[in-house]
Parts: sequence; structure tokens; C-alpha cells
Amino acid sequence: MPGRSRADRLLELADDELILGWRNSEWTGIAPFLEEDVAFSSIAQNEIGHARALYELAARELGGDADALAFDREPGAYRCAALVELRLVPDWAGTIARHFLYESADAVRIGALRAGPDPELAAIAAKIDREEVYHRIHAEMWIDRLGAEPGVRAALERLWPYALGVVEPALRAELARRVGETLGRPLPEAEPVERGVHVPELASLWEEMTAVRRSAPAGARW
Amino acid sequence: MSRAGGAPGRSQVAQSHKLARAEGEGGGSRAEGEGLGAAISAAAISAADVWAALEGIADPEIPVISIVDLGVVRDVTVEGERVRVAFTPTFMGCPALDAMRRSIEQAIAALGGETQVEVLLDDSWSSDRITPAGRARLAAAGFAPPAPRGAAPPTLVQLQRAPTRCPWCGSPDTRLENLFGPTPCRSLRYCNACRQPFEQFKTL
Repeated sequence: MPGRSRADRLLELADDELILGWRNSEWTGIAPFLEEDVAFSSIAQNEIGHARALYELAARELGGDADALAFDREPGAYRCAALVELRLVPDWAGTIARHFLYESADAVRIGALRAGPDPELAAIAAKIDREEVYHRIHAEMWIDRLGAEPGVRAALERLWPYALGVVEPALRAELARRVGETLGRPLPEAEPVERGVHVPELASLWEEMTAVRRSAPAGARW
Repeated sequence: MSRAGGAPGRSQVAQSHKLARAEGEGGGSRAEGEGLGAAISAAAISAADVWAALEGIADPEIPVISIVDLGVVRDVTVEGERVRVAFTPTFMGCPALDAMRRSIEQAIAALGGETQVEVLLDDSWSSDRITPAGRARLAAAGFAPPAPRGAAPPTLVQLQRAPTRCPWCGSPDTRLENLFGPTPCRSLRYCNACRQPFEQFKTL
């Protein structure tokens, strides 16, 4: 991870947000109740909005545009963490666990960017943070309700190694502290699933996500 | 992209209005311009003209409020026919972003200007930037205006307890139903008094 360029870091962030946005949107219409249909759809929309802005920044360095970066790379070239790739529908307990773990990791990462040396990244992180506050409130509200349930407890432990892989090594202790504080108990130490390891179900997500783009290489118009 | 001084507050905006008017009155008066070519003076655009045109652009998703009252137009600079408009999206995933950009370009083209729209992705917009007139228009259309943000980000307890009047019956006996709503910028509330759901602009 050290030695990553600025564009690499932007792509990591953008890919996380795009793929998680896609996964969250899989609940649209089939969440346990209507409020959650609305919530997960809205959260998905925000995440994809963040991805677009971050891809636009990355495109200034890499060339192309946001759509090209989002849709024209091969699945293996995405830099997202495996946590966001997992297909969890229809596992609500797992979804709540991932939601909470991702939002916690994202909070730590955004905090570091806001305090970091790159003014442009600090500014966009601050803008993103205003929206993410709502995602965190939502995730923590669900952990407050279900965090003690066996299904959610098991999912938190299963997904914890993936969550550690979302942030760089220097931020992992802070992530563990933050998560432990909210849960009221520490999660067991685990070997992180590092970024760059893709889970098999990323391939089918990619197939579906890029289908329109690939079917109309000259650009779809409607 | 990030601007050292931050974006202008409402008072600075009002000032630049005045400034632009004063320049317009002093510099390019019609009488003087007549002989040199009326076309040039007729095409001169002032910042005040641009602000007035932007006031005519409704938010595509909540059309009762203009993008100026929403506070998302952060800066207008005019140099001859070249007009630069800086604006901030409320939410970054707002699907109305492209529509707003097109409307701004069209409005300025109608003034005879050449537009450069700059989208500012920084922390310069908050829901506290919605003008008092904008808040009144939101309420009249059935959207509760956002609760004030304060220095720290809102917490669930604050959002639940923020005194919010029902835009239909005026009762303060309302509750938060869902942090999320039909667009990214709205939450759902419910009025216990008149038993109507209503939407509230999120505190951002």
C-alpha cells in the first residue's frame, strides 16, 4: 500500500463507494420494510454520487472521464475492498453488520483525509462527510437495535477481517477502537483481507453493472 | 478548486450586487455607448443581471425554491460577455446536478453571455445557507425547512428532538419517521396532531 499514487487512492475510494452503492441498491424494493427500501436506496445514491465526484478527480490525472473509470475497466482492475463486493442479499443481519463496519471504516478514513496534507482531497472529504453523517446515524441505529442478536454478532465477527482491509494499516487501531466503543465490546483480532483480493461474486456484479455500457460502445442515448 | 476565503455569505453577495450596479451605472451608460455601437453596450452583462436570471431557475426537484434561495450559487463573476458561475451541489449524488448546470447555461445564454459553470466540491454549502425567503417558500409548499446545523454534525437525538412544525397544521407535535426520503436532501416526518406525513429538508 505505501507508494500508492494520488490517483490510486482516489480509485480505491471511488471503487468502494461505487460497488457498495451497487450492493446497497440491491435492497431496493425487497428490504424488510418500506422505510429501509427508501433508506438503502438513498444511501446507495449518495455513495454513487461520491464515486462520481472522486472518479472525476481521478480522471484529471488518468485521462478519460468518470464513466470510463467506473465502467470500462476489467473486474480485476478495480481497487475496491472485498468487504463491499460481497453479495449479502437476502441476509439482513449481514447487511446491517457490513453497513456498520463500512461506515465506521469510512468515517476513520474520511477523518484522516480531512486532516491530511492534500487540500483538494480534504475539501471533498469534508463535503462527503456531511452526507455520511446520515449513513452513520442509520447504521448505528440498527446496531443499537440488533447488535446483540446472534445473527448480527456472528456477521460482525465474520466480516471484521474484511472491514480491516478497507483502511490502511496505520488507521486500523483507530477503527478497532471506534467499532469496539459503539458495540460495547471489542471484536476479536483478525488477519485483514487486504485490498486487491477480489471475491468471486464481483464478476457477476461487474457483468450486470457494465452491461449497458458494453452493449453500446459508442455511448447509450436516451 | 478550494478557495482560500471560502464562498461569499449572503451579505457579500448583496454587496457584489451593489458593486456591479454601480459599475454598470458609472461605466457603460447608454448615452455614451450610442455612437460606438449600440450592440456592444446592449450586450454588456452585469453580475446583478446574472443573479436576477439565476433567481428565475427553480430547483428541479423542489421547484418552489430557486437555486439562489437554496444558497447553492456561491459566486458570480462577469468579465465582458464571459460569465463564471460557481455552484455547489446540495448532495453530490443529486440527479438534478446536470439539469441545474444546463439551466444556468441557458439562462446566461439568454442574456447573451458565454458561461463557465464551475461545480465546487468543497465544504462551503450547508443547509443553513438556505435564505429566509427560501425557507418560507419551502414551508408554504409543505416541506419543513431544515433545523439549524450548528458547528458539529447533527446527531440522531438532535434530529429527533429538533422542534419542527408541521407545514400543514402548524403543530409542533411531530416525529421523525425516516432519516431518508424520496430524494437525498429530504427526511420524512409525521404530524401527530393532523396525522399527515410530511417531508423535511435535511440538516446538512
